[in-house]
Amino acid sequence: MATTAPAVTEPIVEMENISIEFPGVKALQNVNFRLFPGEVHTLMGENGAGKSTLIKALTGVYKIDSGTITVGGVQRRFAGTADAQNAGISTVYQEVNLCDNLTVGENVMLGHEIRGPIGINWRKTHEAAHEALIRLGLGDLDPRQPLSSISLALQQLVAISRAMVTDSTVLILDEPTSSLDANEVEGLFTVIRRLRDEGVAILFVSHFLDQVYAISDRLTVLRNGIVVGEHQTAELSRNQLISEMIGKDVETLNSLGSHRSRVVHSGGAPFYSAKDLTRKGSIEPVDIEVHAGEVVGLAGLLGSGRTELGRLIYGADKPDSGVVTIDGKTTDVTSPVGALAQKIAFSTENRRDEGIVGDLTVRENLVLAVQARRGWARPLSRKEQAAICDKYLTELNVRPADPERTVKNLSGGNQQKVLLGRWLATQPELLILDEPTRGIDVGAKAEIQETIVALADDGMSVIFISSELEEVVRLSERIIVLKDRRKIGEIVNGPLVTAESIVDLIASEGIVS
Amino acid sequence: MSIPASRSSTAVRMVTGLFHQPYVWAIVALILLLIVNLTKNPGYLGVSVNPATGNLSGNVIDILRASAPIMMIAVGMTLVIATRGIDLSVGSVMAVAGAVSMEFMNNTGTGSFGTAIVAVLLALGISAVLGTLNGILVSIVGLQPFITTLVMMLAGRGLAKVITSGQNTSATNESFRWIANGTFLGFPVVFVIAVLIVAVLAALVRRTALGLMIESIGINPKAARMAGIRPVGILVSVYIVSAVLAGVAGIFSTASVMTVEVAKTGMTAEMDAILAVVIGGTSLAGGKFSLTGSIIGALLIATLDKTIVYMSIPSSATPAFKAIVIVIICLLQSPRVRSMFNRRRTRVIIAEKETVQA
Repeated sequence: MATTAPAVTEPIVEMENISIEFPGVKALQNVNFRLFPGEVHTLMGENGAGKSTLIKALTGVYKIDSGTITVGGVQRRFAGTADAQNAGISTVYQEVNLCDNLTVGENVMLGHEIRGPIGINWRKTHEAAHEALIRLGLGDLDPRQPLSSISLALQQLVAISRAMVTDSTVLILDEPTSSLDANEVEGLFTVIRRLRDEGVAILFVSHFLDQVYAISDRLTVLRNGIVVGEHQTAELSRNQLISEMIGKDVETLNSLGSHRSRVVHSGGAPFYSAKDLTRKGSIEPVDIEVHAGEVVGLAGLLGSGRTELGRLIYGADKPDSGVVTIDGKTTDVTSPVGALAQKIAFSTENRRDEGIVGDLTVRENLVLAVQARRGWARPLSRKEQAAICDKYLTELNVRPADPERTVKNLSGGNQQKVLLGRWLATQPELLILDEPTRGIDVGAKAEIQETIVALADDGMSVIFISSELEEVVRLSERIIVLKDRRKIGEIVNGPLVTAESIVDLIASEGIVS
Repeated sequence: MSIPASRSSTAVRMVTGLFHQPYVWAIVALILLLIVNLTKNPGYLGVSVNPATGNLSGNVIDILRASAPIMMIAVGMTLVIATRGIDLSVGSVMAVAGAVSMEFMNNTGTGSFGTAIVAVLLALGISAVLGTLNGILVSIVGLQPFITTLVMMLAGRGLAKVITSGQNTSATNESFRWIANGTFLGFPVVFVIAVLIVAVLAALVRRTALGLMIESIGINPKAARMAGIRPVGILVSVYIVSAVLAGVAGIFSTASVMTVEVAKTGMTAEMDAILAVVIGGTSLAGGKFSLTGSIIGALLIATLDKTIVYMSIPSSATPAFKAIVIVIICLLQSPRVRSMFNRRRTRVIIAEKETVQA
């Protein structure tokens, strides 16, 4: 019964004509959505398409302006998340919402502890937790061990166990795979399939197309708050899916391929070069050179030191030693202030914690770095600020293009564009981009990649860090490969270089000795 | 900060804008308190002009006079709180500033204008030193603001006692006394000075990029650092500003009686300041701040203190009365209650926005 249409014809969740409006934005317009028992249903769409809004309507976080929600045949009106949970709808969010300092069992049973005559009966509570874990095939996991001692992937599964303790009929998984590796994803999928076969309706959200095709039976595509399609996954090709999501021809995406295969920097002095750049516990001595107009990719697995190297170049972490030459002059970069003064900008992978200043407006976020470099005493005039906003909101296609909107209310992809705008406004000569396309939709991704190519064509040096090797290969002229906090090689890009070449290099390195 | 709009809608915007300010309830409470006073005495709000001197007098003028020191520490506290900090030492710094100036004037004993100037400068100077210490401990050493300023609160009170050898010191100096009891264009000098200082500070914060940087640090310190903002200078500055303003408040409150009571001057002033900030709508979590709100908060606290006296509420019941009023305001400002009120308004504003766009 793997990918056949659900045998039951009565949907467990039926949302009809749902509309939600925020000041100035129609987040959802007359959306119809059906979820059947025993299916894995994926919600697809760009950032800002309305996926999160739809989920939040279904989980009672947002109130719907119009339309009806029917769960299990009963029409509901959710006043809060508790109402949705009582209706049998559980949610596991992208960031694991568990308590690190409690045990696995305590996390699973939190709020449903089994009580005896004198308070909580911990033995029975842990037994119940064990049973809940067995249901997901996690019988090996000791419910008494602290949550902090298990991997993020297992924590994700614990979060699902926790959701299933309440005997949910609907399980919502919002980007559960974004921080898992391939094996862990497979483990998660096994659990999802098991639950599906028990008749649980699963609503799945992910940006990874492969995963969507591997796990989902049906999918619903949203664009700009409107449903553009409801399909059997098996009957929809990837190209069709992507076109539906971004609403324009897929050619844009494909045309980016092999764009950067030209090699123009055989000679000449590099704009930036570092010799033996190192920081104890962070990365071993690395040599790196970047020429003007060149995109240098940093490739490697998570924890290989790719982010650490970027931070070191920017001075976000202070290097222990190393000789840095910028534009022919030997210098030191030991702080972000110093880096920006030398025309180096760094866009962090950690958008929420180190990137945006959430409560400020889009305008204030855009001008922040320029203003910081000028110092507080020389404020940018209203006019200068407006000019920066106009330029980058248009060039980077930020939606909505309203400079006075609070930035935390923008979707992830648009926040990323605002951040990119902030760094571009400082007119850097070396731009370090750490995972600029992570967690954002295909359309925004293509736009950001196009921007990077255009910037390099204009003579900017770019260091591009990404966990997606295809992306690194597509954009970079040279690729520095890192492994276990060391540089293990450098590849000059060419027609024969593929993601496989990098994987081979990482896999073979170290075996020789 | 507002975007230019057609004149007819500007007034509407200002009113709706005011209703969206978190301090709207503080304004309402302020008006209610005045009404309560009016019911007891219909002439309460009356301001009379002394024909000989041109001085204004009346309850309102008294309130303005009393609000000046609270305004000073509340404004300083706002900036510190905006950076995710807190300054518990302001009350003690008031005592230190008062002690230094009184002791100096008592010892020199000339009573001249020059002595008063030196006394003021000494008081502000030592306040700045204490503020710098706070700032360095918080920003460079990395101690928690609460602990740092709590220690400074205890140490400051001790320092004031050491300066005056534990005595309540008095001095005679008409120039110094004028600060608290004199008038300028009919208004109390303390209030005029306070307004001037607030105006200068507001311009400094909002006309330069200082406010933006303070808010960035308060909202997301890591992101602020990555954007190239140097937090150390800004943090040290806000603690210095807070302490110097506390010094000013200390001068205000000792000058009126020309005596520093080392155990009483500025006692629990930090609480009044924090309350004024909170009533004014600045979150204790840091980030976005409102100087206007804090000033309204300071005015409210001064009015509340005066009302308690005026209504002859027994002194044993005054703390409870004060607490009740403040709790009600905080409740009305809480996100949950506010969202209840806002829900109805949002629709009106969306409708207005759409017509503007069309």
